[in-house]
Amino acid sequence: MNLQILTEFTINTISMGSLYALIALGLVFVFGICQLVNFAYGEFFAVSAYTLYFLGTFTSLPWFMVFLLGIFAGVAIAFLCEVVAFRPFRDRSMDALLVTSFAVSVIAQRVYQLSISPRPKAVPIPDFMNRTVTIFGIGTPLRNPLIIATTAVLLIALTLLMKKTTLGIAMRGASENFTTARLMGVPANLVILAAFIISGLLAGVVAIFLSARTGSVEPMAGAGPLLIGFIAVVIGGMHSLPGSVVGGFVYAGISNVLSLTLPTTMLSFRDAIMFAIVIAFLVIKPEGMIRGNYHEERVG
Amino acid sequence: MVVNTTHDTIKTDPILNVQSIDVAYGSVRVLHEVSLQVFAGELVSICGINGAGKSTTLKTIAGVLKPQSGQIVFRGQDITGKNAEKTHRLGIALVPEGREIFPSLTVAENLRIGAFGRYDAKRYAQDLEDIFELFPILKERYNQAGGLLSGGEQQMLAIARALVSRPDLLMMDEPSLGLAPAMVDLIFELIETLKNRGITILLVEQNAERALKIADRAYLLSTGYIKFAGRPEDMSETIDITSVYLGDGEGGF
Ligand SMILES: Nc1ncnc2c1ncn2[C@@H]1O[C@H](COP(=O)(O)OP(=O)(O)OP(=O)(O)O)[C@@H](O)[C@H]1O
Ligand SMILES: [Mg+2]
Repeated sequence: MNLQILTEFTINTISMGSLYALIALGLVFVFGICQLVNFAYGEFFAVSAYTLYFLGTFTSLPWFMVFLLGIFAGVAIAFLCEVVAFRPFRDRSMDALLVTSFAVSVIAQRVYQLSISPRPKAVPIPDFMNRTVTIFGIGTPLRNPLIIATTAVLLIALTLLMKKTTLGIAMRGASENFTTARLMGVPANLVILAAFIISGLLAGVVAIFLSARTGSVEPMAGAGPLLIGFIAVVIGGMHSLPGSVVGGFVYAGISNVLSLTLPTTMLSFRDAIMFAIVIAFLVIKPEGMIRGNYHEERVG
Repeated sequence: MVVNTTHDTIKTDPILNVQSIDVAYGSVRVLHEVSLQVFAGELVSICGINGAGKSTTLKTIAGVLKPQSGQIVFRGQDITGKNAEKTHRLGIALVPEGREIFPSLTVAENLRIGAFGRYDAKRYAQDLEDIFELFPILKERYNQAGGLLSGGEQQMLAIARALVSRPDLLMMDEPSLGLAPAMVDLIFELIETLKNRGITILLVEQNAERALKIADRAYLLSTGYIKFAGRPEDMSETIDITSVYLGDGEGGF
């Protein structure tokens, strides 16, 4: 019995942690390179999820095509965001960029409200995603082992990209010292765009699994993942890619422990307790669990 | 080592021609009509006290800062206002003040970024061999994080990182700063070696005495103005270097 609870807890925590890790990673990729807290990040999910809704509802494309195009939509919106909204303001103050990212987010939400619907729309997800499978004697929807596997593949691929390719090495260099990287011939536009594209790709993948869990998308759909990303990043550290992954898993762990241990009457306080923990992190360890290397400077 | 012959070869157009640049941080102007030339194969030294504008001059040439007026011509091409990534591609490499190593990147990765704008796989492998010959310590530390190297080793890495791009102009900003005396000797020897290989060098040094000994020509910057341009030995004669460096402001005039 106890073993069963433990197994269930482990599966839930790892699958939820995988999702949170990807979310946090997408936020930190952009922050690491241009020190921008990207409030528009949530819209990468929302646009992806709405694409899943549209293609799933109005076309008869096979599911994998819908998924691929959904991810592509996340990448495309991230690309557009960088080129159209951020690039023109990059040589202004950081505040200008922050406000821009807010503005993008608000405008996008109004667009979904007015042009699609203010109410939730059902996202058709193939049945197999939510079919129950048995792992170590525990029944769980297939999407859980799937997100774990997907995350493992993505983390390995991203690690290889960042460690082995010239672009990845340049991105890591730029996130430590942007000016010096440019002095070595690393184009600012290239590394920043690459960071946004990875951010959009991760958001697109996450949108599939989040939509499978909630089954719907609404104009504020991006707010949830954005908040998850922030919390995970506060826990794990804003300046380190591995830190954000650790933060995602730790966040999922704490959240699941609370769900499991709090008496039912206290369960509604779970989020409040979670925020208290986040505040404690900000006070005691503002740099997060993993500090990372960075250099305070402006990006131009 | 090759004996350095005096550079009275026919001087054609300078490889770098800085013409009367004004540079400001916000509303504070720190460079006033600074002009300087560097000819191919020369070692030119810029001296001056703290805050004279030496780093500002190098950063402006490299494209980190933009001049308010004036012109910078490099190998016949107007590069005024071009950003750092472009000037690097055109062949200007800066060894920045304070070394600015990427601390969590390995020596290998630091070097790899150094070649970024002008990377060529075949040439790179060859250049690495060459770098290891010049700096054997970097081969030993090849897979260590740059931040774990000693100050002197970091300086060698910073110079190597600039060299792997095969620059046509190598600019160094106070490469001996903060190093132990033995390491300072090593760095100056190295600069001479590079000079004897025919690399064009623009050197900024607080250690004016040492710099002037190896320089072909020198400039003195003082509070943003060029106060002297000419042969190093003339500079040592006309200006009391020590008084400049003791911070008499205008220094020795
Ligand atoms: N980022 C900056 N913002 C404002 N003023 C600056 C900035 N950097 C340098 N300055 C000022 O510009 C002037 C020239 O600075 P610069 O760094 O070029 O001098 P330097 O000759 O390299 O001095 P040092 O020998 O100390 O390196 C100084 O008065 C300095 O205070
Ligand atoms: Mg300086």
